[in-house]
Amino acid sequence: MTIDAHKLTVVTGSENDPNARLRKRIFSVIAHVLLIGASILMLYPLLWLLAASFKPENEIFTSGIWPSLSWDIESYFRGWNAMRVSFSVFYMNSFIIAFLCVVGNLIACSMAAYAFARLQFKGRNFWFAMMLMTLMLPGQVTLIPQYVLFRDLGWVNTMLPLVVPKFLAVDAFFVFLMVQFFRGIPRELDEAAMMDGAGPWRIYWKIMLPLSIPVLVTAAIFTFIWTWDDFFGPLIYLNRMQDYTVMLGLRTFVDSTGESDFGGLFAMSVLSIVPIFVFFLLFQRLLIEGIATTGMKR
Amino acid sequence: MTVHAADAAPQDAASGTSKWSRAWQSHAPGYLFLLPWFIGFFGLTIGPIISSFYLSFTDFDLLTSPDWVGFANYERMFTNDRTFATSMRVTFTFVLFSVPLKLAFALAIAILLNRGMKGLPLYRAVFYLPSLLGASVAIAILWRQIFAGDGLVNQFLSIFGIVGPSWISNPNYSLWTLIVLSVWQFGSPMIIFLAGLRQIPQDMYEAASLDGASKWRQFWKITLPLLTPVVFFNAIIQTIEAFKSFTPAFIISNGTGSPINSTLFYTLYLYNEAFSYFRMGYASALAWFLLLLIACFTAFSFLTSKYWVHYDD
Repeated sequence: MTIDAHKLTVVTGSENDPNARLRKRIFSVIAHVLLIGASILMLYPLLWLLAASFKPENEIFTSGIWPSLSWDIESYFRGWNAMRVSFSVFYMNSFIIAFLCVVGNLIACSMAAYAFARLQFKGRNFWFAMMLMTLMLPGQVTLIPQYVLFRDLGWVNTMLPLVVPKFLAVDAFFVFLMVQFFRGIPRELDEAAMMDGAGPWRIYWKIMLPLSIPVLVTAAIFTFIWTWDDFFGPLIYLNRMQDYTVMLGLRTFVDSTGESDFGGLFAMSVLSIVPIFVFFLLFQRLLIEGIATTGMKR
Repeated sequence: MTVHAADAAPQDAASGTSKWSRAWQSHAPGYLFLLPWFIGFFGLTIGPIISSFYLSFTDFDLLTSPDWVGFANYERMFTNDRTFATSMRVTFTFVLFSVPLKLAFALAIAILLNRGMKGLPLYRAVFYLPSLLGASVAIAILWRQIFAGDGLVNQFLSIFGIVGPSWISNPNYSLWTLIVLSVWQFGSPMIIFLAGLRQIPQDMYEAASLDGASKWRQFWKITLPLLTPVVFFNAIIQTIEAFKSFTPAFIISNGTGSPINSTLFYTLYLYNEAFSYFRMGYASALAWFLLLLIACFTAFSFLTSKYWVHYDD
C-alpha cells in the first residue's frame, strides 16, 4: 500500500520546459503548505486534549489555546480513582471483552469466509448475498428482540451479550474482508493439498489460516478498536458499575464529577484512547490496507 | 482413496467427475463451516428482524407480554408525534450536510496527496487518525469542551476580539458542532479515494495533456468520471453510517438531544423511547421505519447509479 511516489508523478511530456518545471515546483510548495495547515488543524484538538490533561486544574481554561509551561500529572491520579469504582476495574472489563470479541471474530468469521470463498455447497451465492445485506442493516432493527432474548437468557449485566454474537460471525464486515483475502490465495495450494488427501478442515487450518496472517491481524485490530470504542452495547447491557467498560466509566465521569473536575476527565479521556493510538502506531499500514481493500467503515 | 485421488485429480478436479472430487464437493463441509454464521444469522438477525416487525404493531413495556394495537404506533409517528418529526429533521440535516462535506474534503485531500507528494504516508496517517478515534466517548467529551462557551474555539476567536456563542448549548449551532465532528473524520473515505485514484491509468492523463486539456478539464473529464464507482460506494457507506450515528450526540447532549431537541438524532430518540420510557413497541416501529429509510435510500442509489456511475464495460 505504500505508494511509490516516483512512479505516480507522471510528468506530462513537458519535462524539459523550464516554465513547466517551475510551475510544478510552485504547485508542490502550495500543496505542502495546504496539507501542513490541514494537518495542524486536524491534530490540534487532540494535542490540546493531551496538553490540558497535564495542566493544573486552575490553568486549563485560563491559559488559553496554548500549552502551559507547568506540567502536572496529578489529574491522572485524581481521575483514576475519582469514582466509587476505580478505572482499573473498567480497564480490566474492557480488555477482557475486547479480547474475547477478537477471538470470536477470528474463529467464526474466518470459518464463514472459508466456506464462502472456497467450498462448494448449494445456495452459496444466495447466502453470500444475504451476508452482504446484513452489512447495511441498521442495528436498531434487531436491538429490541435481541435485548429481550438476552434478558430471557439471564445475560443482562454480564458481558455475554457483547461477546457471544462475535462467536456467531455477526460482524459481516470481517467475513467480507476475509473472503476478499482468501480469494486471492492461489487455488493450486489447496488443490495440491486436496490431492494429498487433506480434507476441508485441514486445508482451512494448515493452509488458509497460516497464509492469511495479515488479514487476521487486520481483523483482530479492527475488532479490538471497535469493541474498545463501543458505547451503545455496554450502555444497554451493563448497568452495574463494577461491570462497566472504560467508555461507560468515562460517560459516568462526565455525569458525576466531570463538571467540576475537568483535569481528571481529560486525563481519563486521554488514557481511554491510548490503546487505540498504540494499535494505530504499530499497525497503521495494515489498517489502511484493510480499509482500502474492502472500502469500509472508519 | 488417496491413491485414486492422486491419479484422478489432475484431469478430473475441474470437471468434478472422480469419486473423490464428488465427495469433496458435497455440501456438508460448506454448511459445517457456516454453522456459527447460520446460527447468528437466524438467531440474531433474521429472527429479531421479524420479531421487531411484529413488536412494531404492539404495545410492549418489557414486563408484560405485548398487546396488539394494529397500526397505532405508525399512526402516532406520522400524525401525533412532533418529536418524531423533529428527530427526522435533525437527522436529515445532519446527513445532508455532513456526508457531502466529508466526501468533498476526502476527495480534495486525496487528489492533492495522489500527485506524488513527498511524505504521503505521514500525511495519510495524520488525516486518518481522527477517523479511527472519532467515534469514541473521549472525543465527544473533547468536542463538548472545544465548543463550550469558554472553550477552545471561543478562546481562539477572542484573540480577534470576537465573542463567540456557546456553540454546544445554543440550538442554532449545536447540530453544527456534530457536523464538524463528522467532517473531521474524513480520513477513511480519503483512503478509499486514494486507492481508487491509483486505479486510473496514467496514460489517459498523458494523452489528454498532449491534446492540450487543462488540469481542470482533466479532473472533470477523466478523474471524476472514472472515480464515480468509488464516490458512489463512499456515499452509500457514509450515508448509512450517518443515519446510524449515536455516540457523539448522546455524549454531547447528555443523552437528551438537548438543547431543545436540536441534536435529537433519530437513533437517540429511538434509544430513549426504548430504554428510558420502555415503549418497546413504538421503538420497534421507529426501528422499522429507519430500516425502510435506509433500504429506500440504497435502492434509489443503485437504481439511479446507471445514469451517473461509470463502469468499465
